[in-house]
Amino acid sequence: MTAEHSHLPVEGEIRIGVYVCHCGSNIAGVVDVAEVARWAAENLRDQGVVVARDYKFMCSSPGQEFVTDDIKKYGLNRIVVAACSPHLHENTFRTATARGGLNPYLCELVSIREQDSWVHTDKAAATVKAKAILAGGVERVRRNEPLSPMTVDINPATLVVGGGIAGISATLEIADAGFKVYLVEKDPSIGGHMAQFDKTFPTLDCAACILTPKMLTAGTHPNVELLTWSEVEKVEGYVGNFTVTVRKKARYVNEDLCNGCGVCQEKCPKKVLDEVFEAGLGYRKAIYTPFAQAVPRTPVIDRPNCTYFEKGTCKACEKFCETNAIDFNQQDTVLTLEVGNIILATGYDLFDARKMQQYGYGQLPNVFTSLEFERLSNSAGPTNGHIVLRDGVTEPKSVAIVHCVGSRDKNHNSYCSAICCMQSLKFAHLVKEHTEATIYDFYIDMRTPGKGYDEFYQRIMEEGGIFVRGKPAEITDVARTVEEEGKLILQVEDTLIGQQRRFPVDMVILSSALEPRADAKELAVRFGISCSFDGWAIEKHPKLDPVATMTEGIFVAGCVSGPKDIPASVAQGAAAAARVLGRIQQKKMNLEPIKATVDAEHCSGCRICNTMCPYNAISFDDAKGVSSINVAMCQGCGTCIAACPAGAISGTGFSDEQVLAQIEGLLRIGADGMRPHRSGFPTTHHEAIEEAVRA
Amino acid sequence: MSSYLYYPGCSMEGSGRSYRESLEGICEPLGISLEEIGDWNCCGATEYVSLSTTPAYAMIARNLAIAAGQKKADEPLVAACSACYLNLAKADHYMGAQPALNTRVNDALGAGGLHYDPGTVRVRHLLEVILNDVGLDKVRAAVKKPLTGLKVAPYLGCMVPRPDVDGTYTNHEQPNDLDRLLRALGADVVDYPLKTECCGGHMTQVAPKVGLELIRRLVAEAERREAVMMVTVCPMCQINIDAYQGEMNAMFHTKHKMPIVFFTQLMGVAFGLEPNKVGVGREYTNASKILAKALKAAPELALAAAGAVPAAHKPRPDKRALPMPRMADSEVEE
Repeated sequence: MTAEHSHLPVEGEIRIGVYVCHCGSNIAGVVDVAEVARWAAENLRDQGVVVARDYKFMCSSPGQEFVTDDIKKYGLNRIVVAACSPHLHENTFRTATARGGLNPYLCELVSIREQDSWVHTDKAAATVKAKAILAGGVERVRRNEPLSPMTVDINPATLVVGGGIAGISATLEIADAGFKVYLVEKDPSIGGHMAQFDKTFPTLDCAACILTPKMLTAGTHPNVELLTWSEVEKVEGYVGNFTVTVRKKARYVNEDLCNGCGVCQEKCPKKVLDEVFEAGLGYRKAIYTPFAQAVPRTPVIDRPNCTYFEKGTCKACEKFCETNAIDFNQQDTVLTLEVGNIILATGYDLFDARKMQQYGYGQLPNVFTSLEFERLSNSAGPTNGHIVLRDGVTEPKSVAIVHCVGSRDKNHNSYCSAICCMQSLKFAHLVKEHTEATIYDFYIDMRTPGKGYDEFYQRIMEEGGIFVRGKPAEITDVARTVEEEGKLILQVEDTLIGQQRRFPVDMVILSSALEPRADAKELAVRFGISCSFDGWAIEKHPKLDPVATMTEGIFVAGCVSGPKDIPASVAQGAAAAARVLGRIQQKKMNLEPIKATVDAEHCSGCRICNTMCPYNAISFDDAKGVSSINVAMCQGCGTCIAACPAGAISGTGFSDEQVLAQIEGLLRIGADGMRPHRSGFPTTHHEAIEEAVRA
Repeated sequence: MSSYLYYPGCSMEGSGRSYRESLEGICEPLGISLEEIGDWNCCGATEYVSLSTTPAYAMIARNLAIAAGQKKADEPLVAACSACYLNLAKADHYMGAQPALNTRVNDALGAGGLHYDPGTVRVRHLLEVILNDVGLDKVRAAVKKPLTGLKVAPYLGCMVPRPDVDGTYTNHEQPNDLDRLLRALGADVVDYPLKTECCGGHMTQVAPKVGLELIRRLVAEAERREAVMMVTVCPMCQINIDAYQGEMNAMFHTKHKMPIVFFTQLMGVAFGLEPNKVGVGREYTNASKILAKALKAAPELALAAAGAVPAAHKPRPDKRALPMPRMADSEVEE
């Protein structure tokens, strides 16, 4: 439907086109979109609205054509689209506006979907609200200025943080394309969690066989500089031009001299419980590589556990080293890297099962975590792949696998950890393969989406695994009957038969949740990205831009943004690499001109804005005593503008004048959807906000 | 000397007399004074609140109103009985959370010229007061006769750590609070995973088979873990496990003999009070002999523990065994 009132354009006149989207039934199901368009044409005529249309899918090609054609037909010089969130389609309509020959920043997208139709059920009220939102957009767009983007150069080098399978995938994609990659890993070797596994679901191929060749390629690639036993300390700069400070921790082994023969590890007299790679189930030496296929093969000395560092004597490693590679005087080195883009692939931590005391982990010896079981079933693990009880010799005759330990549990993590059902099925298969044990799987719901996944589930059921729907209330060694003596008993409500049951077994495996890294929030601050309350990194768009973040030039891959299995992590690594390669190929990049700037005249130097900026874009000039904003880093979020007590910061594209006009537009609509709500203009910013809240 | 308002409840006057006697004995060494609130009435026990909410909470709140009137500064109201503690705490909590209930209860209180604003009185359980206000250091310092070698099973029952309306306990499944206190007395505390399981409650009256089976589980497990007595904080748990052990043995053809005492009794004994002065011996399943034997053996065992006598040979762990997960020190506050 179209409503128009054509008269010839007058010089200097503001001529606005309004486009109201149905979004199928997403908006039109709740908001009377035709009425909104009709109302805008009639009632906002004085504000400059020349034409108003509604259309089924405004983002589609015919929808966009309305915009481009109307600009010429009606001589429009401002566009307002009432549709979805600007996150989704602001760029679409700015591009359409540009195609019509206008500056793209003269287009304003207002959200009547996320902020209206999706959150309301009262159709009449939602329609009034849509009118108000639209009127706000119209008032604002009248004050929009043409803007032009700024351009920055893209440094072709890339930093990848985290050497698990996601980070390795990203690294190899970029390196193979011919560009430099710095791969930083905090542990002595790359490989991540995948290196701890024996088999991978659903194909059961050997994890080491598919991972170690990739590790080796990453370690020897001419375009890759591998920085293991290293951590990123500081990130400065902006997209295309990051300066990253990396601390390379002292290995006490000279990497150039060491040939990785391993004699030092054999001779070292100090045995240390390995709580990282062996998940606490095995030992390593004080000088060690986490596993035999480690990349690089250069070991590290674990200083707090080394006898020489503790007592001043020993040096067994030094005595036996044929290449004189041991260097007890080595110091940490601090490197400064210049990179254009950063990919974060820092992975996950396993939920600490000790927190669920009712499951007895740590108290009852034969309760194991999923990572412990990975090591137990691994042919290179502490038992050479023999699945045995904690005594190290007895094979279990019955094994219970408990799903959702610490996930889908409002006491711990409410989310589903995504991988545990499939992992539990893999465990069931491995137990079956290695022992004669009866296997019980305790699940809440089986979740097996993915290629070949449900087939794997069917296969395990055919192998004779017993599936009990119910989350165990407790795992105890308190027997009630003779049959239960000496066993671990799972008390569970079998929700398929609606009865309480007790299952005595020899061994329990807890499929524990994946959690964000313990330092996830500090990491987010260091790299200037956002993370959820849990600590998972937030993507630029969860569906349409899952590997980018709101910070230009910082990408995420793998479990850093949420639980993922190996195929998804690999895909994300490659996807992030593709995004980075696109940037590198462009050599230059346009940045949004929506920025904040400090008026040094009015800045009191209070520095309140310095810490509030989520993108680390504000620095303080000590000499002048004022704050200043790095325009390339600024993402135009407006936090500093709102925070500045002196009103010294203003935003291009979101000036106080524009924002207040938008509020005025919003407030013009009374409850009947027609009359002004209040007359007069709010005199201060705060008054306007108070008024908006009251409304 | 820290002072507290004190709500005794009916058990302390009757079946749980040894709880009261021992509590009176340990107040001085712990440096606390308890002032009983005047003209208190029944706490509603476990039944009333599930029958009729308003009269039940009005009855409980009457005690809170009296306590609020009686307090001079911000002394908390302490209850030793688990049911009394829970009912008082719950009444205060729900009156605050549910304005309609608050109005109805205060209407009822008003008829007797009383009024209670939720949140005015902080209701606390004795165990938590001893742990958090007095502290284990002070308890250790007051110990004159350590209970070294006395193997005890700590038993809290259901009402103290749950539902924990004011969030005092961080762990509701396996709280270690009583374990830590008993260890401070020198006792050898066995790992007793049934510490918050049901004692049978009134099942001994309405469905004896169920109630007695619940008691059997508790007693049998304490025995299997080589405890010589159970220690509790709750008069109801105490009377159930103590008084019904005979019936239980008859029903299941067992011969369990597991005394159960209040933690305050063991505190009193460890502080040097005569066992009969703190009510030991009032139990049906008598604890006196076991306690006397343990006290006699304790000094020598204490010496051994201190390293004066070589400790018994500890068996070497099997080299093939896999390491256990590392746990936080159990003495650490949870």
